[in-house]
Amino acid sequence: MTASTSTSTTTTTTTSTTTTGAPPRLMPLYGSDNLASHVAMHGAPPYPAAGHLVRLLADAGLRGHGGAGFPVHRKLAYVAEAGRRTGRKPVVVANGAESEPASAKDRTLLLRAPHLVLDGLQLAAAAVGADEAHLAVEAGTGLAAALQNAAAKRARAGLDRLTVEFTEVPRRFLSGESSALAEHLSGRAALPRYPQPPVRERGVGRAPTLVQNVETLAHLALIARYGAAWFRSVGTADEPGSMLCTVHIAGRRPEVVEAPLSAPLRRLLMLGQGDPVQAVLVGGYHGAWIPAAHALGLRLSDADLAPYGAAPGAGVLAALPADRCGLAETARVLRYLALQSAGQCGPCLNGLPRIAAAFTELARPGYPAGVREDIARWAGLVVGRGACHHPDGTVRLVRSALTAFAGEADAHAAGFCRATDQTPLLPLPEGN
Amino acid sequence: MDQQISVGVDWTACQGHGLCAELLPEHITLDEWGYPLLDGTPVHRTAVKRARRAAADCPVLALKLKLNTVANTASS
Repeated sequence: MTASTSTSTTTTTTTSTTTTGAPPRLMPLYGSDNLASHVAMHGAPPYPAAGHLVRLLADAGLRGHGGAGFPVHRKLAYVAEAGRRTGRKPVVVANGAESEPASAKDRTLLLRAPHLVLDGLQLAAAAVGADEAHLAVEAGTGLAAALQNAAAKRARAGLDRLTVEFTEVPRRFLSGESSALAEHLSGRAALPRYPQPPVRERGVGRAPTLVQNVETLAHLALIARYGAAWFRSVGTADEPGSMLCTVHIAGRRPEVVEAPLSAPLRRLLMLGQGDPVQAVLVGGYHGAWIPAAHALGLRLSDADLAPYGAAPGAGVLAALPADRCGLAETARVLRYLALQSAGQCGPCLNGLPRIAAAFTELARPGYPAGVREDIARWAGLVVGRGACHHPDGTVRLVRSALTAFAGEADAHAAGFCRATDQTPLLPLPEGN
Repeated sequence: MDQQISVGVDWTACQGHGLCAELLPEHITLDEWGYPLLDGTPVHRTAVKRARRAAADCPVLALKLKLNTVANTASS
């Protein structure tokens, strides 16, 4: 269960480009990591009157970019109200603990536009009446030092109302889960806890706590300046705005791109150009495989992806070439996910290793009879039965793989694998 | 307005002792690893007392009773 703590993956895995379509909002091409150019471009953070930001965010329709997609204004309103009701000043946490191995957008954003995130953190803190602000990143990324440096410059410029405390969380898949983060910041182990009462009611130091993904805060900082109509000028009426995506294409470095909601997947993944693709992973390791024949016609939106059990989520997209084995690829990820179980909840502790082991068998030609049935049964036994969504997300991946790669599973049952290239596509931390 | 009780499990606390399944068999069974499987329905009127006892007697206090106030006419 020890996460690899060695090298920085911050700069080795990603490059950034802008995508076609809407102009880049979050990460302009030139140096907004510099405070002077950030302020020249956007001005100082505009602290709004109480309640104004919540209304603005409701009009904009901003939703969280950490994966769950919860409406931001509702969380802000809840935390502000809980603060008044309990008499406890709320705490705000910027969640940059991007523990999903296939996602690099949060660290890229923190490197390239730290001041937009820090603006958003200050504005959100002011909106809920918080007297404590944190920014959490993964240990070993080198981000904390750079961000502290940025915060010191902001303090000298007098931009911030609250001093931000920077924290490094252990490099584990569940460290970024909001209750795990709140536990860690309360001085306990970074593990998810029973979700009653929720973090927004009782989180860091038992105070009402707003946990927002760093990209969400960056969007918030822009909406506070340019308004709801500006935010809605890209995307669709139901799913407005843009989002950062981490795009994995075989033979290329993963890329972080900013895309408008409802961008066609085929354009983001360059499908139909070059090597044939058999399936697309949408939403990362808690996401879903969609057969390429369907994915070709889908857009990056809840409306298009929901029928496949997928969602734009935190924006992880991966295209599996036709000559790879989707079962082997999924089995690798499942072994990692089983090891990343916090081991607190019985069904997850018992079920995930069994599912991963059975899937490893399924990935080998000539697997024994009954393996698929075992996987389906165990999947049913872990789903919905944990303190966090780790079992649910893992089962989403399992079930989508059984559907998308049913043909491959039939081939394996008959004793052969159709794949000719064994090169792994999806990234895992060292040692997995 | 009506009050309904349902049961929930703090999965981080539950160690699969299985007492709850003995006290409340109509709502709780055990999975193949000994952890409770809840049927998800509100506790029947006649079983409320046993449900309270199951929650109180759980050795690690992992069984939670949830009180849901249900309007008689509304769907939830």
